[in-house]
Amino acid sequence: GQWARLAAQQSLSQDDLLSFRPLGNVTLVHLTDIHAQLMPVYFREPSTNLGVGEVKGLPPHVTGEDFLKLYNLQPGSPEAYALTSVDFDSLSRAYGRMGGIDRIATVLKSIRAEREDRMLFLDGGDTWQGSYTSLKTGGMDMIEVMNALAPDAMTGHWEFTYGAERVKELVEGLPYAFLGSNIRDTEWDEAVFEPYRIFERGGVKVAVIGQAFPYTPVANPRWMMPDWSFGIREEEVQANIDAVRAEGAELVVLLSHNGFDVDRKLASRITGLDVILTGHTHDALPEPVKVGKTLLVATGSNGKFVSRLDLDVQGGEVKDFRYRLIPIFSDVITPDAEMAALVEKVRAPHADELARELATTETLLYRRGNFNGTFDDLICDALLEQRDAQIALSPGFRWGTSVPAGQPITVEDLHNATSMTYPAAYRSEMTGAMLKDILEDVADNLFNVDPYYQQGGDMVRVGGMAYSIDPTKEIGSRISDMTIIADGTAVEAGKSYVVTGWASVNEGTEGPAIWDVVEAHLKDRGTVTLEPNRAVRVTGI
Amino acid sequence: MSTSKPRVKVPKTASKDEVIQIKTLISHTMESGQRKDDKGNVIPRSIINKFTCEFNGKTVFSCDLEPAISANPYLEFSAKVPETGTFKFTWVDDDGSVYSSESKITVE
Amino acid sequence: AVLAMTGLPRFASAEDAKVQAAIDAFAGGASIETGTVSLSAPEIAENGNTVPIGVSVDSPMTDADHVTAVMLLAAGNPQPGVATFHFSSMSGSADATTRMRLAKTQDVIALAKTSTGKVFMDRKTVKVTIGGCGG
Ligand SMILES: [Mn+2]
Ligand SMILES: [Mn+2]
Repeated sequence: GQWARLAAQQSLSQDDLLSFRPLGNVTLVHLTDIHAQLMPVYFREPSTNLGVGEVKGLPPHVTGEDFLKLYNLQPGSPEAYALTSVDFDSLSRAYGRMGGIDRIATVLKSIRAEREDRMLFLDGGDTWQGSYTSLKTGGMDMIEVMNALAPDAMTGHWEFTYGAERVKELVEGLPYAFLGSNIRDTEWDEAVFEPYRIFERGGVKVAVIGQAFPYTPVANPRWMMPDWSFGIREEEVQANIDAVRAEGAELVVLLSHNGFDVDRKLASRITGLDVILTGHTHDALPEPVKVGKTLLVATGSNGKFVSRLDLDVQGGEVKDFRYRLIPIFSDVITPDAEMAALVEKVRAPHADELARELATTETLLYRRGNFNGTFDDLICDALLEQRDAQIALSPGFRWGTSVPAGQPITVEDLHNATSMTYPAAYRSEMTGAMLKDILEDVADNLFNVDPYYQQGGDMVRVGGMAYSIDPTKEIGSRISDMTIIADGTAVEAGKSYVVTGWASVNEGTEGPAIWDVVEAHLKDRGTVTLEPNRAVRVTGI
Repeated sequence: MSTSKPRVKVPKTASKDEVIQIKTLISHTMESGQRKDDKGNVIPRSIINKFTCEFNGKTVFSCDLEPAISANPYLEFSAKVPETGTFKFTWVDDDGSVYSSESKITVE
Repeated sequence: AVLAMTGLPRFASAEDAKVQAAIDAFAGGASIETGTVSLSAPEIAENGNTVPIGVSVDSPMTDADHVTAVMLLAAGNPQPGVATFHFSSMSGSADATTRMRLAKTQDVIALAKTSTGKVFMDRKTVKVTIGGCGG
């Protein structure tokens, strides 16, 4: 362990990670989807991330060995560890945790010192949710820390799950812009947030248009923001681009939480947009994807990466660019002392609870991937046993950190996978037909050939039931062979089943919080071992 | 149903021949005639079926509404302002009630 | 099923016949062209009880050449009619927005008629979904 780790890290230095031949007059720095991860984390990238229709086989729908080949990365290299799931068990021992806001602060300070007034730092959202401390403080821990990191603007998604009133209150106190050009009130159809802001950087007028997650009131509880309407609103994106160009913007940036495929389609249908800083789908790509004249940047999630994009802007056009997806290796980058102290301060009241150990895992616990992950298998097992049900459903969130095999599972780890404002673990009866409808509906949100109809999550995780899925089919015919695992019987459309799950978007859902359910299960077990999931059979690809 | 209260958003001023945006809302349940009550009886249709916008006595825009329109019908549309004058908005209910609202606009 | 995005619709089932009848009555024998009218609606409805739906027609809006009417249809509702907007040269611009009810995933259709006797059509699928999950 220790020896391998030292050997691996000898090949890395902070100077190497930060080295960048500067170019042009503007530097965009992008951070997104950190999901309130203040500390360095383990986060295994997906082994399955299927693209359908026109995007089949295109990044970010390339994983594992194919990803290494596509980007010419050496197996076992730091980049291979950071960007893929290949050899995660052994490489996580060698390279350790990634991220940490104090390390990110070091990177930002270094770029700021070098680029001064040429730098614009933008936060793509999903910043205030995803940890124990963010939930306990209603996002205040993240706001304190982000204020110190000083972005120029942000947009949002999970932020809205603190409820409209709380969000308004928090946004009013922000010393930087909260941009949401696609959020309008449901009564008079008027802007709720500032749509864009124009900055001057390196003598260039840079417009940043904010695009919040279009399906917030669909993918998350509508009742939490009943008076706000979202949506992709392609025509308005174009209208805003035209407006900022008319106001003299020479560089136009979309700070987007659309998800990668939505942004790729948007870029193909919009004119006058230079850069899209993408978010929401948690993809990390070592190079920008170019669509027409628009550069799409994907910065990953959980604080693992910071993007730096240098641009040479002349006469309202990007003449040249240079990009680096900077991996935040936490053992290599020196923590910024001030930020480390601030993080310690905001975590101090919760330190004992965060560190409390619940069980030990003998299997790597991870979530990310289209169909299943061991962390959700664990959650489903806990739900089935603690809620005494035949079938368990766990949402296909893309956030949630990993716990390597052999390590204790702490309250912090459990909350990283479950922390949210609507955690009730319900228990109810559903017919086979309803279950099929749910699986079909979620599958279409993931695999509709038109990205504008996708919501950017992964497939709902299922415990106690097996099924087959053909992502290439249409809604209503993707799911088949639904079977109760315990007795091998086929799920019947007209028959009722006892179903448990969590994170229902329906108001008034009742049940214990999911973290209490999983904690009880972990205490029963002491040690958990997860078998490989064979309940989902993927066909047609 | 309670009294239907119309609300409108019209700019106070415009330049000559400017095309302005007008927004209107009226509180109304817009009972579609498709729903049933607790006893299984069809709840009779009761909707706003017609909206008209006039400027200085001439019709600028109108709309026929069907039961598929949401409760509290919302309409947003454009109007050209050739001179100083008054917009008159009228909503006609299935029950024969007529609701109206007026807004003055000055050409500068 | 998802209907074709362009071209003339031809319907077979009983409900679809109502849609065709409404289209035929509005067009009054004129041939239906694509383009010129553009329908805006969310790709996925946030609330099936109130779905914003707007139209915008590219037209000079003069006395001689203006849009006279736009009809909105919901192809999958039991009664396809939604609204008909009537414009005049005083409208200045042929655009309007309202809000409608959608019971299930379906196509919404907009047909525009001009004072010069032309008819244009646009359509868009609006999905009504169970919701949940996310990145
Ligand atoms: Mn996210
Ligand atoms: Mn998101």
